[in-house]
Formats: sequence, structure tokens, C-alpha cells
Amino acid sequence: MATVTPHRVRPGRGVELGLLVLALGLGVAAYALVGLNMTGALPANIYGYSAGMVALGVGMHLVLRLRAPYADQVILPVAVALNGIGLAMIYRIDLSTVDWEHPTTFATRQLGWTAIGMILAAVVLVALRDHRTLRRYTYTAMVVGLGLVLLPLVPGLGTTINGARIWVRLGGQSLQPAEFAKIALAIFFAGYLVTNRDTLALAGSKVLGMQFPRVRDLGPIIVVWAASLAVLVLERDLGTSLLFFGLFVAMLYLATERKSWIFLGMLLFLGGAALAAQTFSHVGARFDAWLNAFDNDVFNQSPGGSGQLVRGLYGMANGGLFGTGWGEGRPDLVPYAESDFIVASLGEELGLTGLLAILVAYLVLAERGLRTAIGVRDGFGKLLAGGLAFVVAFQCFVVVGGVTRLIPLTGLTMPFMAYGGSSLLANWVIVALLLRISDSARRPAPLVTGFVAPPPTAADRQDTQMLTGLGEVRE
Amino acid sequence: MNTPLRRLSVVVIAMFVALMAAATWTQFVQASTLNADPRNVRTLYREFDNSRGPIVIAGEPVASSTAVDDAFKYQRAYANGPLFAPVTGFYSVVYGRTGIERAENDVLTGTADSLFLSRVQDLFTGRQPQGSSVELTIDPAVQQAAWDALGDQKGAVVALDPTTGAILAMVSRPSYDPNILAGHSTPAVNDAYRLLADDPTNPLINRTIEETYPPGSTFKLVDAAAALEAGMTPDTQLAAPQTLALPGSTATISNFGGEVCGPGETVSLAEALRISCNTAFAQLGMDLGDDALRAQAEAFGFDAELQVPMTVAVSRFPADPDVPQTALSAIGQYEVRATPLQMALVSAAIANGGTQMKPYLVQTVRNPDLDVIDEASPTELGRPVSAATATALRDMMIDVVANGTGKSAQISGVQVAGKTGTAQTTAEAAPHAWFTAFAPADAPRVAVAVVVENGGSLGNEATGGRVAAPIARAVIEAVLAR
Repeated sequence: MATVTPHRVRPGRGVELGLLVLALGLGVAAYALVGLNMTGALPANIYGYSAGMVALGVGMHLVLRLRAPYADQVILPVAVALNGIGLAMIYRIDLSTVDWEHPTTFATRQLGWTAIGMILAAVVLVALRDHRTLRRYTYTAMVVGLGLVLLPLVPGLGTTINGARIWVRLGGQSLQPAEFAKIALAIFFAGYLVTNRDTLALAGSKVLGMQFPRVRDLGPIIVVWAASLAVLVLERDLGTSLLFFGLFVAMLYLATERKSWIFLGMLLFLGGAALAAQTFSHVGARFDAWLNAFDNDVFNQSPGGSGQLVRGLYGMANGGLFGTGWGEGRPDLVPYAESDFIVASLGEELGLTGLLAILVAYLVLAERGLRTAIGVRDGFGKLLAGGLAFVVAFQCFVVVGGVTRLIPLTGLTMPFMAYGGSSLLANWVIVALLLRISDSARRPAPLVTGFVAPPPTAADRQDTQMLTGLGEVRE
Repeated sequence: MNTPLRRLSVVVIAMFVALMAAATWTQFVQASTLNADPRNVRTLYREFDNSRGPIVIAGEPVASSTAVDDAFKYQRAYANGPLFAPVTGFYSVVYGRTGIERAENDVLTGTADSLFLSRVQDLFTGRQPQGSSVELTIDPAVQQAAWDALGDQKGAVVALDPTTGAILAMVSRPSYDPNILAGHSTPAVNDAYRLLADDPTNPLINRTIEETYPPGSTFKLVDAAAALEAGMTPDTQLAAPQTLALPGSTATISNFGGEVCGPGETVSLAEALRISCNTAFAQLGMDLGDDALRAQAEAFGFDAELQVPMTVAVSRFPADPDVPQTALSAIGQYEVRATPLQMALVSAAIANGGTQMKPYLVQTVRNPDLDVIDEASPTELGRPVSAATATALRDMMIDVVANGTGKSAQISGVQVAGKTGTAQTTAEAAPHAWFTAFAPADAPRVAVAVVVENGGSLGNEATGGRVAAPIARAVIEAVLAR
């Protein structure tokens, strides 16, 4: 039964501080171990690094105390822990290139991006006092989101890296606008769907026992579907396209509670993907590399073969149950071990045990986000939190599923861990938004304080809906 | 909206359970299969992190690992690479391993079951694990003699001790230098390998065991063995026309140079072998039938798998030839194919009184402390012919060298028993020259087989007697000089 028990939350953040100490300790210890195992000495900047991470983590904690005192206490420590483990692995990959003519310095840059990301998250928390403000920008978000999606196609601005045209060069930095587009699109979907959920859910004809929506209600949805197909076709990026589509289908389902949307969405995507696999060699090659990964011809084919995927599997197998230990494996044998394949790198050095722990951390993050969505009172907040939490979980699924050969490999980044500024910034903004919504979800609502809470019954659900309605009227 | 949110939470949990299952599948269930994949360079890195045991010939390492300062800690170095390459094979980061490097890999890396005790000791003493050494039966003087005698001709020479089966020489030319494939620079190794792999003369192949040839007249030893086992004697008269018309076809068989085999219509079995009379043996083959010939060939080792420890290509006698095909098969043509090692094994069995010993290359395996882990013990492979048949065949082969087609294998003071062969391949190409022999005939110390592809330096003028027999003589002399 769908019930919400309003429970009193004490405005204290002691749990968060305790977990934060653990998370920071984990990141710093991992960083130190990488240095000790690979060079026999602590990393040169260990103190600066530790001080910086502690300052950022505690800074975020203080911002939350001041600006979102009721916010969820688990989300921030989990994000900090994942970010720290990712940083340690990126530093480890850097160390394996010290003999090169130009050793990579991904870790330093990633540390910079972490700082910018966490400061950006703090700014979002300070500037955005109420997440419902975002609803006013529903269609602005759509324009911004579509603009960001299509930005790499602008001549002179977009760049093609490894076959995918999803990058924008700006002031010497490569950015992936799609990472930010997913936030904008989540805001648009939430705003659009909370307004139109009834028409989408109720109007339309029944086919095969399922309610299908009217064509004219589908307008904006078709636009977004076309955009996600454009990503697939014009930017040659299966992963981003899949991510947008998954986000959209999930939010449609949340808004309308109609399984027909899931059915329709999957049908449209599978149709599109099948057509793409037939028409575009790069998509077909991905499928071939997935199904026949161990075939010698596919393995040796370059580019477009399964070499990277299978080498990642070799790495994970080498790690076995308990891993080789930080710095003791050879994750650097896999191309893009610091970004797309950081999961394989972690699987090799931390073993199945470590990888499962990391997956559980992501699961906790996503479930705290979904719990926030259940707890928040307004429909827009529910959709936004649900959508953002799902998009993080779904991105993990697409990335880890691809690396472990559960699904075809697509070029997405692992949230918080993979090397890349855009991804890190976008995910810290998502964390800030989830924290903001959770503050509102757990804040004792003035309307509810007068209630003597009845035992949980079906009436709760109606209360919630009534409150939602009130919120809408107020705007 | 809470109901779909709860359902979505369940979907998210299901997605993560699927991911955990996939990770478990890769890192636990499939881990050993993935680790054993030959394309998995991590396995190579692990191997290269330990010192690989040397391959030793006559006390000298011909393949050894030397410490280097790069991603792999050790690099393989080969002494006198091209000479021993058919035996040692190569050991490459990029292309894996061949030859002894491959067949004895688990011993050389120290991971063989037989080395379990050594590994336990290493664990307790804290010593770096090391591979074991593999000592081969190859005699470097014999190997060198065969290499020199073959010269720049394409072909193969294999020599073994007929009383034990120990392989004394295994030469294949053209050869290659395994050092260029043992390098750690992938582009350089790639280029070198491409060049070798694309070379039409197939330098990477060990022709003694990986290539099969039509054995030509050397196969008449098998016919003669079948005839004697069937009750004939060396004096049994065989029909020997100048030209033999094959029943059921327009084809004919004639003798080398169109000559007659003797003054009359018939020759004895011994005389037919001495002058290598095609028509007599073709007729004999038809008389005995393909089943009898196949049974005798298989008794000598045709149509069977063999490891020495490298896997030997299977020598073949056709499964279901008709009568004319049987006639052609009897003179080692049609679809009869044999490795040089197979023909050496035929001679060796005759030399050893009808008892065929299993050929082997690995004499001793020693752990890093030089304790003997494994020592070869000669084993019997089979008894393809009776002692009486072996004696009769020996005498007939002595006559081939003393008075017949194999005169160029004669050594003063030593009785050599042998058989020549000149095997046609295609109409355009020159025939392959064969010679197989053993010596001394009364107390054999070596059995040898030589094949020179497409007549070697003599081309169309070549016969087994002119081209291959002198090489066999050089090898026998090298063995007898020990």
C-alpha cells in the first residue's frame, strides 16, 4: 500500500558528519595506498590533497547545516566516498604512465574538477532556496536541454573523439554538454509531466488492454524522442541516447502510472536501435562486439572490435574475489582505464568484493534519491527527484552492464568516478538538487504539524495528493 | 505517484542485482577461463615476472631468460636461433609460443603439477619462483651436420636413436631467428612476424613434424613389409612389366626413366626394392589390396596422433582407394602423405628388430635446484613387423645402398641400410627427393629421414639417391663420430 508516514526529523547532521569522516578516510587511505604500493612512498601531495578533500567535504556539510538542515544525511558521504575512490584510481593510472614521454596528469585535473563540482553544488544549495522555483523554467529547460544535446553538431564547436561527436571544445577544455542536458531534460520532463499527466494518462484509446495516449498530447514527447534519435544517428552515441530515453520513459511512468508507456517506450527504442544497428555500421559493430566478443576476428578488429571490452574482462578476472590490491594489478592494459573502464580497473585491484561494495554505494545513493521522491510533497519535486535518482542508477547500469558484458558497451561515464569534468560537475549538481528536494521532503511541513497523525491508512495517499494540489494552486 | 516510485525502486534494485550477478560471473565463475585465454597478456605478464626455465641442449642453454628493465621483467634469448628454432619454437609477448616453448610451457614456467613440491618450498623459503629447465635429446653436432648438409635447400632432416626413440636432430630449412620474435616492442615483433608468416617458403613451420609430403618410393618399405608379413620372401617373384596398365582406367605406371626392371617379365621382391621398381610394387599393392597396405602403414604409425611432445601432423594412407588408386598409393603417390619423422620411424622400427620406440625430445626436467624432476624413459610404441621380417627388410635395404639407388649413402667401413624416394607433386614442380636409412645395419645407432623439397639444388634432375642420400650420410657420419 502506498502510504507515507510523516515522521519528525530532528534538525541535526551528526550522522552525516560521522559518515563523512569515514568517506574522507576511505578516499585518503586509498590515495595513500596507491602511492605506497606503486612508488614505495606516500604521494608527494598527500597532505595538500587530504586537506583539500576535507575542506570540500566539511564545507559542503556546513552549507547543508545552514541552508538545508533537514536534507538527507547519507547522500553527501556516499558521493564523497565514490569521488575519492575514483580519484585514487585515476591517480593510480597516472602513476603507471610515469615512464612515458608525457605522463598523464588526469588526477590533478580531476581533483580540480572535484573542487569545482562541490563548490557548484554548494552554490546550487545556497541559490536555490526551493526546488519548485525550477518549475517556472520548464520550457526554458527544454530549450536549454535540446540546445545542449545538439550543441556538438554546431560546426567549429563540436569535436569528434573516438567516433562520437558528443564533445564541445571551449577555452581549451573538452566538455560533454549531454551530461548537463540530462539535468535540464529532467527539469523539463518533471514540469511538463506534472501539468499534463492527467491528459496523458486518461485520454486516448485502448489497444490490447492498454491505454494509449492521444497523438496531440505526444507533441513534446515526439520532439524529445527525435532528439534522442538525433544523438544516436548524428552524434553516434548509443549510450547518451539510451540514457535520455530511459530517463524519459521512467518519468512518464512515474507521472502517469501507465505501463503502456514503458511498453511503448521500449518498443520505440528497440525499433530505433534495431534500425540503427541495420543502418549504421558503428551501432551494428557494437552489437557484434557484444555478442561475439571472444571471436578472434572481432577481438582483433580495430577500431570497433571487442578488444577493449575483453581486455577489461581479463582485468576483472585477474582481480578475482579479493583483487590484486591498489597499484598491484595491470588496469593500465585496458584502453581508457581511467574513464570508460574505471569499473574494470576497480574490479581488478579491489576484487569482486570491492566492486560489489561500490555497487552497493551507488544503489544506496539511488535509493536515497527515490526515498526523497516518495517523501517530498509536491508532484514536481517527486518527478524531479525520482528522475534524477533514476538517471544516476540507470547510468551505472549502462556503464557497468557494458563493461561486464551484460549489455552492449556504450560510451558513458561512471558517475563520480570516471575521469571527466562535465560528468563530475553534472553529478554534483544532481546531488545538490537531491539534497535540496530532500530538505523539503523531510522538513516538518507547517500544514502537517497541526495534524494528529492517524495510523497509516489509505487516507494518507489522499492527503498527499491534496497537499500536492495545494502546492500547485499556490503557484 | 508513490506506487510507481516504489516500483521504480524495485526496478533499480533489480538492475543492481543484475550488475552484481554479471560482476560475479566475470570475476568468480569465468575467472579461470578468462585467465587461461591465450590472448590475455596478463597471463604473459605473470609468466614474464618470473624467470622462465632454460631449454638446454648438451649442457648449454639454447633458450634462456635474461633480466631486462621494462614492463616484462625477463626477455627470452636464443643461442644459435635459426639452427634450433624448429625445436625450441619461439616465445613472444605478442604471438604466444610454439615448439618446446609451448609444449613444455607449464614446466618452463614452473606451474606444472610435477613441480608442486618446489613451489611449496619457494613459499616457505621466500625465494622468487623460477621455472624448471628442460634438457633435450638433440645432439648439437648431429643437428649442425644435418643443417650444413641440407644447405640452402628447402627441406627437413630428422634423426633418432632407433633403440630408444630419442630424437638426435630435427632440422627444417628455411628457418628463422626466434630472437626477433622474443622482443618486447610490439610493433617490431608484429613486423617481423608478418614478414615470416607471409613468406611463401613457410620458415615458421617445423617441416619434420608439421608438414606432410607424398613419401614416394620410401613407401615401398611399407609394401615390402606387408608382403613379407603376408608370407612372401625376398625371393618371391613379382610381375614387373615395362608399363603397367591400371585396370578400370586409361592410366599407366612406368618406371623411372621408362626403364625395364630386369631381363625378364618378373623380378624378385628384393631386386624390385633395390632398383625401386614402380610397376612391380604397384602390381604388388594391387595384389595385396588397400586394406593390407593400410593395416601395415597404420602399424608403422600412419593415421595416428603422436606427441614428441609437440604434436606431430598425422601421416595418412587413403581411406577408400579404388584399384588404380591403390596401385598409385603403393608407390607413395595419390593421397599417401607422411611426415619426415614418420618415415624415420619406419626405418627405426626395421632397425630395432621390428620394435618401434616412441620418439621423444625431452630427456630431463630439472627444478631450479637442479634436482631431476622428470627423466625420459624409452617406451615401446608398437611392433609393426616381426623380427624375421625386420631382418629380411634390413638385408634388402643394405642392398639398396650397396648396389642399388642409394649408393651415395655409402660410408666406408659401415653398413648403411636405406631406401630412396622421388615423389612427384604437380606436373610443373620438380619432385621431392627422399631418403630414409639407418646404420650401422647390424647394431643400429641412428635412423634418419631426409626430404628435400622440389629436388633442391638439382631441380628436375633430382632423385632421392642423388640429392637426399648424401645428406643422410652426413648425419649418420656425425652420429658415428660421437
